[in-house]
Amino acid sequence: MSTPQTAPAGAQAPTSGPFLRVEDLRVHFPTDDGLVKSVDGLSFELERGEVLGIVGESGSGKSVTSQAIMGLHKGSRAKVSGEIWLDGHELVSASEDEMRALRGNDMAMIFQDPLSSLHPFYSVGSQISEAYLVHNKVTKKQARAESIAMLEKVGIPNASSRYDDFPHQFSGGMRQRAMIAMALICQPKLLIADEPTTALDVTVQAQILELIKSLHEELNSAVILITHDLGVVAETCDKVLVMYGGQCVEKGQVEDLFDRPEMPYTWGLLGSMPRMDRARQARLTPIKGQPPSLINVPSGCVFHARCPFVDRVDGNRCVTEHPALLLATGGHEVRCHIPSDERLAILQDEILPTL
Amino acid sequence: MVRFILVRLLGAVVVLWVVSVVTFLIFQLAPALSHTSPVYYYIGKIPFPQDSIQFKALVHRFGFDLPLYAQYWHFLSGILFGQTITDGVSTPIQCGAPCFGYSFRQNQLVGTLLLQAAPVSISLCVGAAILWLIGGVTVGTFSALKPGSFVDRVGMTGSLAAVSLPIFFTGPLLLLVFVYTLGWLPDVSYVPITQDPLQWLRSMILPWLSLAFLYAALYARLTRANMMETMGEDYIRTARAKGLPRRAVVVRHGLRAALTPVVTIFGIDIGMLIGSTVITETVFNLRGLGYLSIQSIQQQDLPVIMGVTIVAAVVLVLANLIVDILYAVIDPRVTV
Repeated sequence: MSTPQTAPAGAQAPTSGPFLRVEDLRVHFPTDDGLVKSVDGLSFELERGEVLGIVGESGSGKSVTSQAIMGLHKGSRAKVSGEIWLDGHELVSASEDEMRALRGNDMAMIFQDPLSSLHPFYSVGSQISEAYLVHNKVTKKQARAESIAMLEKVGIPNASSRYDDFPHQFSGGMRQRAMIAMALICQPKLLIADEPTTALDVTVQAQILELIKSLHEELNSAVILITHDLGVVAETCDKVLVMYGGQCVEKGQVEDLFDRPEMPYTWGLLGSMPRMDRARQARLTPIKGQPPSLINVPSGCVFHARCPFVDRVDGNRCVTEHPALLLATGGHEVRCHIPSDERLAILQDEILPTL
Repeated sequence: MVRFILVRLLGAVVVLWVVSVVTFLIFQLAPALSHTSPVYYYIGKIPFPQDSIQFKALVHRFGFDLPLYAQYWHFLSGILFGQTITDGVSTPIQCGAPCFGYSFRQNQLVGTLLLQAAPVSISLCVGAAILWLIGGVTVGTFSALKPGSFVDRVGMTGSLAAVSLPIFFTGPLLLLVFVYTLGWLPDVSYVPITQDPLQWLRSMILPWLSLAFLYAALYARLTRANMMETMGEDYIRTARAKGLPRRAVVVRHGLRAALTPVVTIFGIDIGMLIGSTVITETVFNLRGLGYLSIQSIQQQDLPVIMGVTIVAAVVLVLANLIVDILYAVIDPRVTV
């Protein structure tokens, strides 16, 4: 994992910096077939109190990014480079012991499938207490009381009696509430929710998001919400980062990015989302083609093979030249060779009418 | 939980009853089908021709002229309530429940023979089981944590070698090295633990090792496979994300789940072991149940064969019962 780009272990960032800063993060997995570049040069910043949505298809590097922040790749074959600064701590170069002290305490994570993410042999309550006991010097009795209070807070009825129930005795929504309780028991400053509602039914999804939002406001924590649901992002997030093929292709404030999306991939995502507030179309517009190979990352723009607007750029630059992430008209950043004013024109004339 | 145990106990009783019927039928009926009387297998050589009055008197005395159900009842009631054994000449012997009859070949109650052999078998099996469980699980766990590493390769190659070497090879080899060459261990057979615990330990070490070696190899491979699968589970990632120390992640979250299938196999192995340690017993000159069964088969000593069979069945059924109960304790998803 040692790379020239990593900062010295335990280095301190200037205190004035953002709460979370990810700088040129790369997570590569060596495999028999070649090097899988799951995340390749990702940068973003996040302040406390903000919610960042990371959107993208399966395999775009969303979960790998979040696990890199949590340091969960340590001890595996993954090669992580770049810098991750959390509240003055550099995490890429931090040791497993340093990361362990931060995990669960300063940053916590909610996973996609709460049933498989909870240990089947331990009661839900004891698993929450366990998280509290690692980071707090208290008796088991105190941890139990704390956990019951947390379970009540996330809306589990009869928390004190349900404490001793096992995960399989909980419903899907209840399990995700329990996972949230487990993640928030130590009042982390950073919460990463990795597709927290994907495995749940639609009626429960809204409740869970509402819960995450209200707890986030109460703790004033920074939240990274990973999802492939743009509706959820629009509803919940302050900032959004669109990932494709392990790279950030568009990021910015939610209002700006949703009003004036400029990257053809983002248009594709918006087009493939069902909308209730528009006239009914014959069918949704899917993005044609397959997600790119992360072993042989396409030359030029990662999206060029599927982009319907490649011919709008002169000299085949989309295939030969990797576009930089540049400031767009509205103030957010876009990785695209098409000039900004032309993109806005395409958006107005060709995209918005079809959405 | 109580209901669960009662249901399983009832099941165990049914299984044992079936075992008693099958044992009875095979051992009483088989001689009859080959046109010899079970009496021969029961009391040995009889100096009278089959059609003589004396022979018929013997058949009558031991009840072999009764209908089958009556013979079966005699056999079962002997086990359940005890019986009085008489040859018509010497003083009758009171044989309390569970009475497996009398061995006319060895002039002993079968129960006495079993009681003499049992401590040897129990010493051998329990000691070896503890050794192989600890050894196998430890090797398997360390192998699984770093698949492909040096530790893993040594562990797995070693276990392959151990599985390939039969006890009649490793046993004498151990004896040759530790007893006859180095002289670290005494050249004795079984010493009862009640007589001299230290000597008992010294006499059992090599039998334990050679028996445990074989099983430890299988358990190492089983544990490794289960552990590797478990460490890839989502809940292990959750445990790490909580900030648990590595040890707690591996032991409390990983091993706990990975050992469940190992417990099942362990129960069955222990149950089967009691009657299948013949080779180890022979190599190390131990007079356990395995030795007793082989000896009684060679001597065509029917009551002893039946006794050993029933005892082995009881142990197997009990071991499975304990595993079932343990399983419900380990895995809360098993409804009890």
